[in-house]
Amino acid sequence: MGYFLFFLLAFLCVGSVVAMIIIRDQAYNALLLVLAFAAMGGLFGLLDAPFIAVVQIIIYAGAILVLFIFVIMMINLRRGLPPEKKKWTLYLSLALAVILVVELALSIKGAFSVFESASLEKMGSPTELGRLLFTKYLYPFEITSILIIAALVGAIVLVKKREKE
Amino acid sequence: MIPLSYFLGLSIVLFVLGAVAFFVKKDLITMFMSIEIMFNAGNLAFITLARAANSLDGQVIVFFIITVAAAEAAVGLAIILLIFRQKKTIKSEDMRLMKG
Repeated sequence: MGYFLFFLLAFLCVGSVVAMIIIRDQAYNALLLVLAFAAMGGLFGLLDAPFIAVVQIIIYAGAILVLFIFVIMMINLRRGLPPEKKKWTLYLSLALAVILVVELALSIKGAFSVFESASLEKMGSPTELGRLLFTKYLYPFEITSILIIAALVGAIVLVKKREKE
Repeated sequence: MIPLSYFLGLSIVLFVLGAVAFFVKKDLITMFMSIEIMFNAGNLAFITLARAANSLDGQVIVFFIITVAAAEAAVGLAIILLIFRQKKTIKSEDMRLMKG
């Protein structure tokens, strides 16, 4: 059952990202991204991180993607983008992608064997995570809230239309 | 229990797919989306390693990454909107000047 869920979610994730590379329409890309992020939330749940799974679905698949779709609606390119002409960049980037996969896999190959022997015990309840967040990581938590306020005020000031001009 | 190396392999594949999407795509919004995919692949690796180490600290870090990514998405999309208002295009090839 666990294996079935993992492969289903992994297939959804990889498939929607590949479809995102192929399809050129931005609105479809945003919807595929919602699918990929929701599947990623399921994977976090499989890894005993239920709180992070919920945060992933609410913030990423909910809030951030709604922002993306808003901006796509505001920009509203009527004709869509013209097709790309240079094909060689595609092949070059695919070759470089294969090289990058091999390189990353080689670099963490030693870590794989360590994981198999690791003893796994039950962990990751939201209670423990919340306790950690408000004791050990209290200062980062508060600083993050200030950062979010600054970023949101900055975004509003940036996009606001000037009255003169 | 699924071997944790499967999750790490999936995170590698997703990261590289995000990088490919970033270089293949031409419009700024889709490039920005592929940056989010790379963020998520990194988050998956963090959570896998936290699981392997039996530690909750990795999950806390992922929580911070997600919140900061939300702030970053707001600012980035505002900048993309400004670029579109000024230049009437969001193709990355059309942005050649540092000065607006």
